[in-house]
Formats: sequence, structure tokens, C-alpha cells
Amino acid sequence: MKIGVLALQGDFREHMAAIKSAGHAALSVRRVEELDEVDALILPGGESTTIAKLARSFGVFEPIKERITSGMPVYGSCAGMILLADKLANPAPDQETFGGIDMVVRRNAFGRQIDSFESKIQFAGDTLEAVFIRAPWVDSLGAEVEVLSTVVLPDGGSYPVAVKQGNLLATSFHPELTSDLRVHTYFFEQICKSHIK
Amino acid sequence: MSEATGTARVKRGMAEMLKGGVIMDVVNAEQAKIAEDAGAVAVMALERVPADRRAQGGVARMSDPDMIEKIKAVVSIPVMAKVRIGHFVEAQIIESLGVDYIDESEVLTPTDYKNHIDKWNFKVPFVCGATNLGEALRRINEGAAMIRSKGEAGTGDVSNAMTHMRQIGGEIRRLTSLREDELYVAAKEMQAPYALVKEVADTGKLPVVLFTAGGIATPADAALMMQMGADGVFIGSGIFKSGDPARRAAACVKATTFFEDAKVLTDASRGLGEAMVGINVADIPEPHRLAERGW
Repeated sequence: MKIGVLALQGDFREHMAAIKSAGHAALSVRRVEELDEVDALILPGGESTTIAKLARSFGVFEPIKERITSGMPVYGSCAGMILLADKLANPAPDQETFGGIDMVVRRNAFGRQIDSFESKIQFAGDTLEAVFIRAPWVDSLGAEVEVLSTVVLPDGGSYPVAVKQGNLLATSFHPELTSDLRVHTYFFEQICKSHIK
Repeated sequence: MSEATGTARVKRGMAEMLKGGVIMDVVNAEQAKIAEDAGAVAVMALERVPADRRAQGGVARMSDPDMIEKIKAVVSIPVMAKVRIGHFVEAQIIESLGVDYIDESEVLTPTDYKNHIDKWNFKVPFVCGATNLGEALRRINEGAAMIRSKGEAGTGDVSNAMTHMRQIGGEIRRLTSLREDELYVAAKEMQAPYALVKEVADTGKLPVVLFTAGGIATPADAALMMQMGADGVFIGSGIFKSGDPARRAAACVKATTFFEDAKVLTDASRGLGEAMVGINVADIPEPHRLAERGW
């Protein structure tokens, strides 16, 4: 199983390290030829506006979209979650996403950097330490989308921060910044394995 | 849910998200929009770019909060702002504005010629400049969550940035080759805490993200710094002191991502118009060189 990481900008090296720790081959993806090589793709944390612009100007935007439509397993963390959203609640002007998950995502939903935090959360029945950095959350989602984690705010508001639809997985937080491989393993075992020969 | 804000992991993690990107100096909302549209990962809000500070002289201080707020209002990418070395009240003010990162910067006139800010006292993360590994580790010990190698800001001359990247990289490589029992003296010689020296020796890298800054004016300069091992670049005067800022900014963003692809770098270098005229660092008298500020 060859797992690619979109390596245009952001913390792609941390995802590459997590893939290798989990025992899979990791490839950085910047070009169409590299995308063609991989069985699955991770969209890293970073600046979602910058990543989308670079993907567009180097001709990988449409090919990634097509691969998503044709069923390639994709996992996105933070900026990656934004890029997998069909719709954004507060897009930057002309901001594009690959889409694929029937959800409306709010960028920087928890606030600015000063509000960034770490917390223990439940993920698919497990407790893990999650790091949220200028993180998004899911405002609303379609019937096909399964919620794997939810954060409850002091004011009682409750927002999904990890979701799955078909072969697509997205988290608001950054498992790649911790040494905990459970989210990556979930992606490889529960999603990639059944779709990749 | 019990949550912890302002932790080292959250502060350092923020810098991880900026990697492979370009952070651009902007002096107004219009420039901030141009930077965001060009694909900058963050903007540094300041009143005058270093090239103008050099030309105009005087004491350089933090920016007017109104000016920072106007920039915050027009972009969705992170906004950074500079405070004077050791001026912890400027830092308190910038933190209360909700800025995403503070640069304790030698480009402004220093306030304290002995001490830097105790950055552990803040929830907002700090980036600090360094010319060598000892300086970088002293800043990290004080709580800096990101380091940028210093160049000579406002010159368009990348030679100092090159010197400092070679210096920091060289010292890291040297540490990894030392015996365990030699690290104590290494720590003493570089005037840095032993625990951090040991960490660098074990991992072969800084414990935080390392950007580079100072004198970067072209896509080739940006790619050069990336090939020298920088995680990303700050571009100050180089963009908005040039003939076609929007085009140059986008070209520098591309060059920073595809820093090893000569074909992309060639295309990014074409038809950018006038680069900033610049000053040779060697022509600046030593007391006026900014990179030497920091202790």
C-alpha cells in the first residue's frame, strides 16, 4: 500500500513519518505523476488557501478531485478537513476545496492562535490527546456522514471534529503532531485496507 | 472537555503548519490582501518595511493597534506582529489584540540590551531571530516556539541570511558528531542550556521550526534558503519594494514549494520586473547592522 501526502505546504513531513511508523510506504505528492503512483492520499495541516492555490497552479487540483470522486481513500487533518468539505461556512474570497464529504466546515472555528488548545477526546470509542490549532469544526453534515468525535464547548455547543464518509476521513485536530498513531491506523485499517488490493 | 491553551505543543505546532510557506511583511490592508491572494501562509503587520526604516532612521517601535486590526480584518491567514527585544509590555498589547504570532525582532530598536522577553509568560507564541545555534537555543529556552535565522533586513542582500543558515546548520551537524561526554563543554561554549544541546545532538535538528529571514528578494533567494535547510521563508522589503509585488509574491510562493525543481524556479523567475534595488551589507557600517542585535 503506497500512501501519498500532498506536500505543497504544511506539516507533510509529520504525516510521512506517521505513515512510515505504521509500516507503510510514504510518498510526497506535488505533481500528477506522483499522484498516479499512490493508492491513498493524506492532506496535511497547513494553510488551506495556500495549499488550494498551489494545487491549482501546478495542475493537481482537478486530478485530486477526480481521484476523490473515483473512490481513492483520503484523510485530511485540519486544513485537510477544510479541503475535503463540500462547502465552507466562511470561505476566503474565491477559496476552492476538493470536496467529497457532504458537510459545511467553519474555518478557524475555535478562534485564533491564542485559542488553540489540546484536549483529551473520544475518537471511534478510544480516548486520545488531540491538538487543535486555529482549527475548523463541522457546522452541519449530510445523512451519509458518520461522526467519529465531537467537542462540547463550555456554552453547551457541540460540534463534530472527526468525520467519515465512504473512503474519506477528516479531523479538525492534528494526530501527526503527537506520537499516537491511532487515527492514522484507523485510516489505514478501516478505510484503505478494504479498498486497496 | 478539559482543554489546555498556550502549551508548548500548541505554540510549536502552529509553526509546523506554516512550513514550506512564505510569510510576507505588509504595511496596510491592501498589501495584506495581495499577500494572501499570492498564497502567503501568514503576514507580518508592521508600519514600515525594514528598507524604509533604514532610510528614515529613528526609533522603531511596535505598530499602531489600529493598523494591526485593519490587517486582521481583511485576511483569514495568520497575522504576526513585531515587538522590540525585551519590551514585554508591547508583547502584552499585541497579545491582547489576538495576533497569532509575535516576532521579538531586532529590526525594531531594542529595549533591553541584556534580557529578552520571558516568552513562557504568554499564550501567544513567539518567533525570534538567531545568527547561531547558541542564540537560537537561548531563545527557545526563554520560550520561543519558532526560530528564524537572521539576515540583514531591508537590504535585498541575501549574504547574511546565507552566513547564518550555514552557521546554524554547521553547528547542528557538529553537535551530532560529538561524544556524549563532550556535550557539556559544547553547551558551555555556545552558552546554551545542556538539555537543549543534548536534544539537538540526539535529533540532528532544532526542537522548533526554523525559518529564514533577511535580504530575500527573488524566487531564487527563497529556494536557496530552502535548499540550505530552512523550513520556510520570511520576505520583508523584497516584495513590496519591487516593481510588481503581486507577481513577485506568487513567484516566491511557488519557488518555496518547488525549491528543488530548476524548471519551476526558472519559470518563476521570468518577467518579474524590477527587484528591490538593495544595499550591499558590506556598505553598511557595523553599528547599523540589525543582525548583530540579540544577546
